[in-house]
Parts: sequence; structure tokens; C-alpha cells
Amino acid sequence: MAYSEKVLDHYENPRNVGSFDKGDDSVGTGMVGAPACGDVMKLQIKVGKDGIIEDARFKTYGCGSAIASSSLVTEWVKGRRLDEAASIKNTQIAAELSLPPVKIHCSILAEDAIKAAVEDYKKKHQ
Amino acid sequence: MKFPIYLDYSATTPVDPRVAQTMIPFLTEHYGNPASRSHAFGWKTEEAVEGAREQVAALVRCDAKDLVWTSGATESINLALKGAAEFYKTKGKHIVTVKTEHKATLDSVRELERRGFEATYLDVGPDGLLDLNRVESALRKDTILVSVMMVNNEIGVIQDIAAIGELCRKRAILFHVDAAQATGKCDIDLQTLKVDLMSFSAHKTYGPKGVGALYVRRKPRVRLEAQMHGGGHERGFRSGTLATHQIAGMGEAFRLAKLEMAAESERVRAMRDKLLSGMQRMEEVFVNGDLVHRVPHNLNLSFNFVEGESLIMAVKDIAVSSGSACTSASLEPSYVLRALGRSDELAHSSIRFTLGRFTTQEEVDYTVSHLRTKVERLRDLSPLWEMHKDGIDLSTVQWAAH
Repeated sequence: MAYSEKVLDHYENPRNVGSFDKGDDSVGTGMVGAPACGDVMKLQIKVGKDGIIEDARFKTYGCGSAIASSSLVTEWVKGRRLDEAASIKNTQIAAELSLPPVKIHCSILAEDAIKAAVEDYKKKHQ
Repeated sequence: MKFPIYLDYSATTPVDPRVAQTMIPFLTEHYGNPASRSHAFGWKTEEAVEGAREQVAALVRCDAKDLVWTSGATESINLALKGAAEFYKTKGKHIVTVKTEHKATLDSVRELERRGFEATYLDVGPDGLLDLNRVESALRKDTILVSVMMVNNEIGVIQDIAAIGELCRKRAILFHVDAAQATGKCDIDLQTLKVDLMSFSAHKTYGPKGVGALYVRRKPRVRLEAQMHGGGHERGFRSGTLATHQIAGMGEAFRLAKLEMAAESERVRAMRDKLLSGMQRMEEVFVNGDLVHRVPHNLNLSFNFVEGESLIMAVKDIAVSSGSACTSASLEPSYVLRALGRSDELAHSSIRFTLGRFTTQEEVDYTVSHLRTKVERLRDLSPLWEMHKDGIDLSTVQWAAH
């Protein structure tokens, strides 16, 4: 399968790999996917007192496109408000990475991961 | 060292230069049709074809007259299974084969089921080997044909062909063996094996693609319904002008295999064992299939907590096969590894390394260090590896399936 240059770049040099402390109040964690399906994404956001995402981390078990999608969204969510981050659409991710149709599910998963992380953060602060 | 490193000898092998040299004159110089009986052009190529038949027969210890040329193992298997089933259908309609067979066998048997035959697909153990009691209990009064591969293409395990042959012969059931992956890798002695039909391929044994052979026993005689008509070549089993250059190549390839098998197997085994011990210095690396009853050329490993396609992407300097077909949105793990009871995750994260005649120690060493670096990098990226390291049993996790 031919990968786009952007996918290869994110795969070779993934941004913001790592983990934050799940128990930290300023951290929201989203884990989506399942090993049997071939991808699991863990996305974490660190939110400032002003409600702006200061930092993000990810770890992904999955194909090159899944790794690239999650790496990309860690860059995109930084500096955004929670509702802005949650409004990122999978089509934007797919377009940015030129994902082929069979890899669209990777971008959907990345969108779901952001939503899950935002929701987790909100739950902590209800 | 040349890149990418070729470690996919079970997919196909390069044509040995000595084989290529043998083939060339039959394209430009000795171009006669071996069926032309009336002139020297035909006599020359007929002689070459019969010489090659002797060379193939010598490797597997059969009578050269028992061999039928085909276009490859897929055609041999189709001819053997469909030909025998159609010929003996008045005797019975039941066929027995194994879940881990090559698609050429499985798809042929499926086609026979479509034509009204009944089939049993035997399970293998976690080691990939057949349990003889299970084979025996699958045999029925109306079983006419059993088909088992000698060496598995994915995991390299060797089935007990001699014992299965005894079970079949006692009951006068025909026994076909797919030996495409076996020639030049393990001893085949058709003088002692109770095998009625055996399929061969040239290109897995340093011969050219597009040629193979089918062994059809004459004593006791095995009959087949031809699948290809037109001219009655090859005792009527397989019509069509013989591909002289291909056949000459297969003959030479099998001659070399007989000559060099012992030394080559030893050399390859030493490299394979080094590959294995190098990989096993990592955690959570599993061998797929039995290691003892296995050809020395094959190593199939699963790298836990690493996804298969990203692994293949990571090892693009090394030409290997993956147990995962990631060409579509729905991932399909290898059916062979699933039959061993491997989880989807482990099946997805498997890599088949197959070594051969031109593999060097240097290439094996590079492969080990390259794989270890890449696997470690992907594990650092993997949330599953992190959970595993935190002592979480992944089977207890509730996944948000999508």
C-alpha cells in the first residue's frame, strides 16, 4: 500500500508520544478501538485553568495511518478550547493526511479519541 | 549488503543461475516441439523433457513415467483433486483435508463441495500438526480422497505423511500430498510413502515460475479425469504443448536440490536458529508452529502488542510476509494462525521469515538488530504495551469497539 508523505512523516517522526498521569485533574484521557480490530488509540489532553488545551499526548497500536491520525490530532488540539477540539471532524484529518478509503476508519477513530478525552475531562469537572 | 533483504523464499525463490543457463538454449536454439516425432528438432526437445522428468523423479524417488508436467502446483492440485474426485465419484463422495492447507487445495475442495461432494476440514493442534487419531476418525466408508500438505507454507511444519498414507492405503482411499514447499527441504521417498498423488512446483526450489508436476501412481494404478483437453499429451492427463525451457529448468533445479539439500539445510538451519535466538532476546515474542517437525528454512513469529501492518511498514528494508492481510478495512488475520488457536492480535502481529540458498549470515544479523529496534519503537508507541507493563491483563479490559 502506498502511503502519503504526510502519513510517512508522522509515522517516522510521531509528535507528542507519551502519557500524562491519568489521575491528574487537568488531564482528560480517551481510549478508543479494540486490539481485535487492529487499532487502539489513547489520546490525552492537558487543560489549563482557562479551558484551553495546553498539551496533548498519544499512544497508538495500529497501522501507519492510525499512528499518523493520532499524531496529527495531538498537534491540532493544542491551543484550542474544549468545544473547538471536540468539533474536529474525521474528514479534516483524512483530507490532511490524504488517507485512502480503506483507511478512513483511522480518522474516525482519531475523532472519537478527541471526543472521549474531552468527555473524560468534563466528567472530572462536573 | 543489498537492500531490501529477501527473506521470503517460501513465496518464491530466485532462479538459480545454473538453472537459467540450462533453460536458455531451449528458447532460441532447441525450440522444437517435443511432440514432433518426424524431425530432429522434436527429438532433441523430447529428449530434454524426458531427461528432466528423470531428474524430478530422482529427487522424490519415483518412476519418471509417473510424472505429469503441469503449469505449477496450483494446477497439479486442481488436477489431482478434481480429477480423482470426478473419476471415483461413483465409489463415494467424501473428501478429507486440513484447515491449514494452501488455498489451491481449500478452493478446489470447496468447488467439489459445490459439485455435490462432502468435505471434512480437519483441525490441527496448537503446534500446527495433525493428530493421527483425528485423521482416522474422519475417514468414512464413502471417503474417496484425502489431501494433506507435506510442509505448510506459512509455518513450515511437516506433517506425518508416512503415517497418514498407511491409514489411507489400508482403506483403499486415495491420498494426495501437496509437496510444493517440501522439495529440496525434506526427504521425499515415494518408494516407501503410501502416496497416490503428489503435487510439485519448480519456483519454490530455485526453478522458474509457471511449471510444476503431478505424480500419479501407476502401481497401484490411480485414474484421473483430465481437466485440460486437446491432443492427449502426458498420458492424456494434461494436454497442451510442453513448455520445454521451463521443464528443462525444473529438471536442473531438482537435480541441484538433490545434490545440495543436505549441506544447504544445515547451513540454513544454523542461520534460522541464530535468527530465532536473536529475536527471543525480546519479550513477548512467540514462535508459531512446532519447531521440531519443521523445515529449517521457516521461522514464523508473533510480536505481541505490535500491530502487523505498522510492523511491515517498519521493516521495509526486509522482504517478509505478514500474517495479516491489511488490504481492506476489515483486517483478515491469517487463517493458518487462527487454526492454531492464535488470537487475532497475535495473528495480526506475525511475520514469516523464510531463508534460502542465497541468504547470508550478514543479512540475518542485520534482520535481528533491525527488527529489535523497530519492535521496541512501536512498543513505545503502543498503549497496549504500556498496559501490559503496568500489569493489566488485556483480556479483562472492556474495549470500546467500533
